[in-house]
Amino acid sequence: MFSLFLEQLLNGLQSGVMLFLMASGLTLVFGVMGLINLAHGSLYMVGAFACAAVAAWTGSFWLGLVASLMTAALAGALVEMLIIRRLYNRDHLDQVLATFALILIFSEGTRWVFGSFPLFLSLPDFLTGTVVVGSSFEYPIFRLAIIVAGLAVAAGLFLLIGKTRLGIRIRAGEADRGMIAALGVDIDRLYTFVFALGAALAGLAGAFVGTTQSIQVGMGEPVLILAFVVIVIGGIGSIKGALVGSLLVGFTDTMGRFLLPYAFATFLDPSSATAIGSALASMLIYIVMALVLFLRPSGLFGTEA
Amino acid sequence: MKGIKTTIAAAAALLVAGAAQAEPVKVGMITTLSGGGAGLGIDARDGFMLAVKQANNPDLEVVIEDDQRKPDVAVQLADKMIQQEKVDVLTGIIWSNLAMAVVPSAVAQDKIYMSVNAAPSQLAGRGCNANYFSVSYQNDNLHEAAGGYASSAGYEKAFILAPNYPAGKDSLTGFKRFFFGDVTDEVYTKLGQTDYAAEIAQIRASDADHVFFFLPGGMGIAFMKQYAQSGVDKPLIGPAFSMDQGILGAVGDAALGVKNTSNWSKDIDNPTNKAFVESFQAEYDRLPSLYASFGFDTANLLLSAMDKASISDKDAFRAALRAADFDSVRGKFTFGPNQHPIQDLYVREVVKEGDVLTNKIVGKALTDHSDAYASECSM
Repeated sequence: MFSLFLEQLLNGLQSGVMLFLMASGLTLVFGVMGLINLAHGSLYMVGAFACAAVAAWTGSFWLGLVASLMTAALAGALVEMLIIRRLYNRDHLDQVLATFALILIFSEGTRWVFGSFPLFLSLPDFLTGTVVVGSSFEYPIFRLAIIVAGLAVAAGLFLLIGKTRLGIRIRAGEADRGMIAALGVDIDRLYTFVFALGAALAGLAGAFVGTTQSIQVGMGEPVLILAFVVIVIGGIGSIKGALVGSLLVGFTDTMGRFLLPYAFATFLDPSSATAIGSALASMLIYIVMALVLFLRPSGLFGTEA
Repeated sequence: MKGIKTTIAAAAALLVAGAAQAEPVKVGMITTLSGGGAGLGIDARDGFMLAVKQANNPDLEVVIEDDQRKPDVAVQLADKMIQQEKVDVLTGIIWSNLAMAVVPSAVAQDKIYMSVNAAPSQLAGRGCNANYFSVSYQNDNLHEAAGGYASSAGYEKAFILAPNYPAGKDSLTGFKRFFFGDVTDEVYTKLGQTDYAAEIAQIRASDADHVFFFLPGGMGIAFMKQYAQSGVDKPLIGPAFSMDQGILGAVGDAALGVKNTSNWSKDIDNPTNKAFVESFQAEYDRLPSLYASFGFDTANLLLSAMDKASISDKDAFRAALRAADFDSVRGKFTFGPNQHPIQDLYVREVVKEGDVLTNKIVGKALTDHSDAYASECSM
């Protein structure tokens, strides 16, 4: 039972770290540019498809990973320059409408290029298999690798935002875009960069997840919903909030799915305990979100509007 | 005088010929051609159109529309096809929730509906209808076969897993109907879930001797890839949906050796099936899937009825469909009293042929199997 519990804790951490890659880009774009980008999930899909296509073509997962980063960043930069740029001064509703159109364009475009059948992406050999600790604990290597890679990206992002000149500009842009433009910072280029950065993170998440899931058109939207839950919990615009929110959602979801059926089984018969437990587990993160919104309407780390 | 006689004779001959020649039949196909799960609809359409092309019957006209896997879109399309296009027969729906939104009202308007896949229990039992024919199966069939196979293979403790929605619950009920061992764990996952770490950890900790899972489409791909990487080695059994041709390529070698139950396989040994597999490959440059085989059978059943009866005589046409006088790729094919098939169900194993992953029949799970709801149908 202890090793099962430990395994579930690691699973929660892994799922949280994965979510952070998605949510950080989303929250960055919203914080800096004030833009609601529904097409963030499409960039995640673009990353996964690029990784699978290049990996199949060259036989190397690593080239695929590089391709996913570059393709998603490029797609992000293009979309920002061609379309998103016109939306900054518009109403949120216009932004939602335009980026929703982008979802449709990306989905059908991807289908046009790759067809309707899911693609295959496999892990490099040394990431397959499991690590065995002691006699009873076993954990898949690829999930450990995702945890490590995700935490490394998170650390890099905090350094970038907190310690570099670019990070200062990004934070300044978040605080007062008129002022930093007046100080001579090329705001257009900064916005394109931030958008491409968010896109690259989403693409990277897509490539990681593609190794364990099905790479298919429409794969981005379910993750997008979770990412929105994360940034609402964490406070819109806050990277720290995105990290805490991601981990909270990851742990809540995993532990809920694991523990709730047991909890109900203590006073219900097994089959209705499973049914009620799993139904409640799938609602749990939304319940948490509602609670957070009730207690702190602007999220855990959000600034008061 | 002689001239008039010849004219009358010619007119009479024409009339006779007209009666023998079937009236044109217009088919409306509503299926999923875009969005998630489009692969299934595309396969069903391609199988159907292959049979139409081979028959080359000028009296058959097919209109195809994309339901985007959305019930509201499917309902609109059905209304349009019935009211504007004036179709005689509807077909093509892949998903049970869409079928429930479209079929009851279509058959009530006296349109014939032939299912290429979705066959929810509601339409097999008390809700059966003379205008509704399921060419594929009844939804529970493959799960029942999996239960039957698990029992006969000597498994005693089952870990069973399905998404938390009506078809998922039907699936586990179907499995338990024919599995006579103990079910140690029964787990429902979120519909559309893509990470199964928590469930796989439970499988690892459980003392079950095998796992039955029903996770169609992308969910199954994700589950099998993660399961193969997890180091858990309890054998997997599932219905054909997660091991079907369209997605095996995306699962990769993780699928090798997995047992799955199906009413069709590309190696069922009969000439119709052999010709179907070859011509499908020649036409579309890929192996046919289960859904393609259902589409193909549906079109051939319809064509067989067109040869026997005219669509304007609905009773005769329905009787011709019920007779199922066509060469099915499944070999034998008959309809039960609720117009769902009575058929053999096979156990397949995922194997590699050259570089291509595919399924091979390794045994029969159930013979001449009908469904659990036929007795509730009064028709």
